[in-house]
Amino acid sequence: MGKATFQIWRGDATNGRFEEYTTDVGDGMVVLDAVHLIQAEQAPDLAVRWNCKAGKCGSCSAEVNGKPRLMCMTRLDDLDLTRPVRIEPMKAFPLVRDLVTDVSWNYAAKKKIKPFKPRKPDAADGTWRMLQEDIDRPQEFRKCIECFLCQNVCHVLREHEKFDEFIGPRLFVYSAALEMHPLDVENRLSDLKKQDGIGYCNITKCCTVVCPEHITITDNAIIPLKERVVDAFYDPIARLFRFARSE
Amino acid sequence: MPEYRTHEYDVLVIGAGGAGLRAAIEASAAGVKVGCVCKSLLGKAHTVMAEGGVAAVIANVDDRDNWKVHFTDTMRGGQYLNNPAMAEIHAKEAPARVLELEAWGALFDRTKDGRILQRNFGGHKYPRLAHVGDRTGLEMIRTLQDHGIHQGIDFHMECTITRLLVHEGRVVGAFGYFRERGQFVVFRAKAIVLATGGIGKAFEITSNSWEYTADGHALAYQAGADLIDMEFVQFHPTGMVWPPSVRGILVTEGVRGEGGVLRNKDGKRFMFEDIPENYRNQTAKDEEEGWRYVQGDKNANRPPELLTRDHVARCINREVKEGRGSPHGGVFLDIAWIKSRVQNGEEHIRRKLPGMYHQFKELAGVDITQEPMEVGPTCHYIMGGIRVDAETQMSTVPGLFAAGECAAGLHGANRLGGNSLSDLLVFGKRAGEYAAKYAQELAIASVGADDQIEQAAAGALAPFGRPDDGDNPFRVQRDLQKMMQAHVGIVRTETEMLAALPALDELEVRASSVPVEGNRDYNPGWHTALDLGNLLTISRAVALSAIYRKESRGAHFREDFPEKDPEAARYNTVVRRGADGSMVLETTPVVPTTEVQKAVIEEMG
Ligand SMILES: Cc1cc2nc3c(=O)[nH]c(=O)nc-3n(C[C@H](O)[C@H](O)[C@H](O)COP(=O)(O)OP(=O)(O)OC[C@H]3O[C@@H](n4cnc5c(N)ncnc54)[C@H](O)[C@@H]3O)c2cc1C
Ligand code: SF4
Ligand code: SF4
Ligand code: FES
Repeated sequence: MGKATFQIWRGDATNGRFEEYTTDVGDGMVVLDAVHLIQAEQAPDLAVRWNCKAGKCGSCSAEVNGKPRLMCMTRLDDLDLTRPVRIEPMKAFPLVRDLVTDVSWNYAAKKKIKPFKPRKPDAADGTWRMLQEDIDRPQEFRKCIECFLCQNVCHVLREHEKFDEFIGPRLFVYSAALEMHPLDVENRLSDLKKQDGIGYCNITKCCTVVCPEHITITDNAIIPLKERVVDAFYDPIARLFRFARSE
Repeated sequence: MPEYRTHEYDVLVIGAGGAGLRAAIEASAAGVKVGCVCKSLLGKAHTVMAEGGVAAVIANVDDRDNWKVHFTDTMRGGQYLNNPAMAEIHAKEAPARVLELEAWGALFDRTKDGRILQRNFGGHKYPRLAHVGDRTGLEMIRTLQDHGIHQGIDFHMECTITRLLVHEGRVVGAFGYFRERGQFVVFRAKAIVLATGGIGKAFEITSNSWEYTADGHALAYQAGADLIDMEFVQFHPTGMVWPPSVRGILVTEGVRGEGGVLRNKDGKRFMFEDIPENYRNQTAKDEEEGWRYVQGDKNANRPPELLTRDHVARCINREVKEGRGSPHGGVFLDIAWIKSRVQNGEEHIRRKLPGMYHQFKELAGVDITQEPMEVGPTCHYIMGGIRVDAETQMSTVPGLFAAGECAAGLHGANRLGGNSLSDLLVFGKRAGEYAAKYAQELAIASVGADDQIEQAAAGALAPFGRPDDGDNPFRVQRDLQKMMQAHVGIVRTETEMLAALPALDELEVRASSVPVEGNRDYNPGWHTALDLGNLLTISRAVALSAIYRKESRGAHFREDFPEKDPEAARYNTVVRRGADGSMVLETTPVVPTTEVQKAVIEEMG
């Protein structure tokens, strides 16, 4: 057992500061354990979200030493404990209090995406046939635990605050899971282009880097969606015109 | 009068896990106005953590499977204290409920010919669990959530219900607060479905999250409903044991379903040494036969690692107690050994158990494709809960329904793995359907109980005014957990349990005077203080029921009465709130099996 110091953001949208807490740390502890220990011993009103403590629910997202992380999957042995560990809330979303942010926008934005619409069942008993290799890709996307860390780092949301015009990487992953679902017959390409703002994404891949589920957000979801959008909205007259001018 | 917002619904669903979402979807489909509240954000309920799979007789992998086998497996697992009507409905309806998820977008793992793949699990005779790797719960909750948000249901997230409103003998609404700013809210409803999950936070070593503070059990109890079978708390045999901070986190039974074996420190597969009589002719004779079984050989019997959870948990406990455990007080669970049997073993393990691979790699620094895991029992599930009608899921209080883990009856003395996720779907749907019907048929408006709103508001604010006595809610909760683990845990005795009762009295005094710092904005200290009452009430119900049952059966194991008592097979325990407010314990005869069901059980052996 040793001791470590944590600087944790305390406060709400109008007013706050980093508070320093020193607490015991032991074998195998993760950041969330330290936060809980501080909560139990020193600051019972310290606001933090969590559920599973095993990286399965996506509740405990925060920024640890400036890096977007799940607190329950960030081991203290991987951090430099000779200096205070800084824990702060996700920055792209409005602050509720301490480490808790208002992520309701993600839920509202999801609701605008057209839901799953299956083709007619393949068999008389109302079931479908799908091969494993045809669902490997959408299954990758369905691993998403909605931690919203990717939304938090995407500059289109974080810096440019395009919350009304851009749904962000999480929801591109969601759209891709639907679009690549072997049974789905809905068409979301026009929405992706207009309402969802896929054009704003300039493939910086920051989202892929932070995804705790290791979903290859950009290469496997966003880029194929962009290609589909381009194919769908490929306009032969405009191309002819461009072609003529370059002659 | 306290300040609060009001919402009016025909049906209010409390809980947005599998059971709550399924109930809300069904109620909404019936054309009534539905609200659904949950303590966490949508999609974060316990259901998201379920790993192994959902049990349903689709018979894609073994066509000998049918509802009769599933029914019989469930009854045997529950040691015949189950409500047989529920076990029958469950076995018959689970397949349709699972296939329906596929129509809503779920993508289960596939067989070679493109149908839903099913895996072996403890206590199930045939491979029966539809699954997605080891993240089945995530697939289920996300499917229900993504479907549910388009069904015209009002969702209220991060809202905690602290009281049900009862007027003239039926429920008329619920009182609660929003976690974000602490504002109060009253939901007026003609019918209420409780789908609040379990009570695992009453124990120290648990696979359950902060949400599992027995709210639904306690809300129903306070409203006058019967709770049954509360002595039956399931300890899952395999939780992580090291490092200390992850102690209790679940290691899915799927590991054993894929061929993982349990060994003690001498390398011995100790499960072969203790096979209960009623499972003997279904269990592998040797290691070879066990391996053939997990490989899908239809003529082989299952390895003893896949016996019911209560039994496996006790065997592990015994090994540890008798000094044959692993370094950190567990036993070894080895999946890496299968590399000698399957091609591309490492890849195979990572593909079948990706969640477990990452969980151990990241939290324990253990590579499960190379080394064994250390595991030990962890509190996992409560079979007991709100007594409901098998068909409608209505409790003993008119207008109050319950489904999922907070309801009781299906699992009896012990739940089979995979039977919970199917329970949520089957009985969640039924609860939603019959709650809607009840609301539609009810001519009277949901009014009254204003005095209860005032009491509930005063109760919720009480912790703020208290003098600082140096105690805090987290400490009280921790002491309760330690006490329950020690006195009413896996192995029970009369003296230990009797000592729990005065300890509970003392904790109740502490809980009712515990001060809270800060204000009403997102304040976990306050929330924990309010949850304490529920945990204490239900801990007492567990202790009293466990003291009453002087035998060992299913998950309830008593060192002082290690055998089954045939007399005790005739009743279920009942806990309810007496007229003077104290807790009353009674028994009720078990629901009899019909002649047809008896014949089925006999036929299936
Ligand atoms: C790690 C783990 C793995 C598991 N694996 C499997 C498996 O493979 N197969 C299987 O069949 N079962 C499994 N189980 C069991 C199964 O997951 C649960 O029993 C089941 O998900 C419970 O579902 P539910 O809908 O009843 O409750 P939950 O999913 O827990 O939902 C409860 C809901 O109620 C809400 N709530 C609670 N109290 C209140 C309140 N006071 N006010 C408002 N809302 C409230 C919560 O916020 C939540 O939304 C597993 C359990 C765990 C912990
Ligand atoms: S790749 Fe696109 S979506 Fe991802 S962070 Fe960059 S801009 Fe945002
Ligand atoms: S895609 Fe990855 S980072 Fe984004 S919300 Fe899902 S799990 Fe989190
Ligand atoms: S608490 Fe669930 S992901 Fe961290």
